[in-house]
Amino acid sequence: MAAVKKLRTRGHRVVLNRSKGGDAGITFMLTILGIIMFFPMYYVVIQSLKPLDELFMFPPRFYVINPTFDNFSELFTLMSDSWVPFSRYIFNTVFITICGTCGNLVFASMAAYSLAKLRFPGRNAIFQMIVMSLMFHSTVNQVTHFIILSAFGWVDTYLSIIVPSMAGTMGLYLMKQFMESSVPDTVLESARLDGASEFRTFLIIAMPMVKPAWLTLMIECFKSLWNSGSSIYIHSEELKTFNYAINQIVTGGIARSGAGAAAIVIMMIVPIAVFVLNQSQIIETMGSSGMKD
Amino acid sequence: MSEEIVKKTDKNRPLQRDEMSKLQWTWKEMKRNKTAYFMLFPFLILFIVFTVLPVLLSMFLSLTDFNMLEMPNWKGVDNYTRLFLDDDIFMLAVQNTLIFACVTGPVSYILSLLVAWFVNELPPKIRAVVTLVFYAPSISGQVYLIWKTLFSSDSYGWANATLMDLGIITSPILWFEDAAYVMPLCIIVALWTSLGTAFLSFIAGFQTVDRSMYEAAAVDGIKNRWQELWYITLPTMRPQMMFGAVLAITNSFGFGAVVDALCGFPSVDYAAHTIMHHLSDYGGSRYEVGYASAIAVVLFIMMFASNILVKKALSKVGE
Repeated sequence: MAAVKKLRTRGHRVVLNRSKGGDAGITFMLTILGIIMFFPMYYVVIQSLKPLDELFMFPPRFYVINPTFDNFSELFTLMSDSWVPFSRYIFNTVFITICGTCGNLVFASMAAYSLAKLRFPGRNAIFQMIVMSLMFHSTVNQVTHFIILSAFGWVDTYLSIIVPSMAGTMGLYLMKQFMESSVPDTVLESARLDGASEFRTFLIIAMPMVKPAWLTLMIECFKSLWNSGSSIYIHSEELKTFNYAINQIVTGGIARSGAGAAAIVIMMIVPIAVFVLNQSQIIETMGSSGMKD
Repeated sequence: MSEEIVKKTDKNRPLQRDEMSKLQWTWKEMKRNKTAYFMLFPFLILFIVFTVLPVLLSMFLSLTDFNMLEMPNWKGVDNYTRLFLDDDIFMLAVQNTLIFACVTGPVSYILSLLVAWFVNELPPKIRAVVTLVFYAPSISGQVYLIWKTLFSSDSYGWANATLMDLGIITSPILWFEDAAYVMPLCIIVALWTSLGTAFLSFIAGFQTVDRSMYEAAAVDGIKNRWQELWYITLPTMRPQMMFGAVLAITNSFGFGAVVDALCGFPSVDYAAHTIMHHLSDYGGSRYEVGYASAIAVVLFIMMFASNILVKKALSKVGE
């Protein structure tokens, strides 16, 4: 009998079509790319912990000798002489993000359910429109968007950011695709036979089954709202977001680079924490994100 | 036979689909699905008001001279002729946008795909960490501002300090104020933040491929990982690839905030001036809404055209 070629294994699993050289090459590539990706993130954190004298060291160091939280406390004193206290910017960002995300979750999941699980005239046309909206960046619309907001009298209010974000299509799209693949029609059918109304079926049966998608929708919406910066729809200083304040601090020049880095760290730590806690659910939702043409 | 009789005799029997006109049937279905419309209504009304209406309004206003103050006058295609024949900066913006989109779009797409593929080979725990490392820049908001520190125009910036330390340059380079560096730097920063939703979608896509297909493929004579990727993996995740492509195109054209934050507006010699900037310039600062709408329409057409092209290209995968 012909000799059987020995198969490579990883752990106890047989791996096919994987040469050792290829594995090494890929690990090498991934390491290089990973370092490039990681370095600026790391550098922000390091900068935010540096005391003033280390910020002005030449050449700049990639580690801190005497770590300090002065930059973080300086943020609050730095902005204390401006019109609006620093905490107000944080409040604005948090407020806008929470309202917009909750609204988007409620509206988009109801819409996703009816698009995914109910058959009614106009369903395909509506979904096609939503897919098309993914194809262009919302800033293209900014001018006409502004006209519509001013017609409502919403310019320079929280509403101008919160209400449009409730109709975010990315979350709806992911939710709808996930519902289609992971909520079996038979379960819904039996709930209906038991006399549950359509809305109740949605709330009691379908929604608990798509928890990963809620999280993904919330993160998609959270991501865009949390990062919304200076907007042309807001003029009042006391309604502006944290991101706008960061921009002001960072463009303030070298003397503020420590405070700027501290502000960026505060800003990035929240979405990263949210992602870390929910990574597996998000990836699960993304499994059904594909677009059939 | 008996069915025929029932049809004729039972007057109260509900009508069948083939006995109604199309309109009647649609109306009946719509009534039956009242709840579906109720559930869709709040989202749909916001979607129409804040997404569909602005698009239609842009198309209409692009044919007028609306300026926010006076009633618009009908201008036909005047705005478009002015845009293409008389506006040099717009042509520059088109050129920059195309360079930008043609580099960042495909590179970020391929990078997302390859990194997702590499990451997929890793054991689950390490995979989670590596995924975070690559995904983090795209969700961390304005973290890209750190590039302004890394490439700051004095000798405290990392890039200048390193080059001066090595003796390559003697005085600091004004990275974001020099037309020669602005565009490449913006492209690098854009790529750095571009492994976003599409990247996660690819990671998920690789995980959903059925393992038994690889075994079958190995028996059928697939010799290495590249063949496996091209003939087996990619064709099965074509829907994810489509989704990722749509997002990559959207991002590569919609890029503007990063340039503003890094180079200021307008960028030096318009070196990183994109169509998006031209749009905010005319729409947001000069209130020439009619003209700005024409710019927006051109941008729409470019985005849709590239979506169609990419769709065609992706159907060739695995052939």
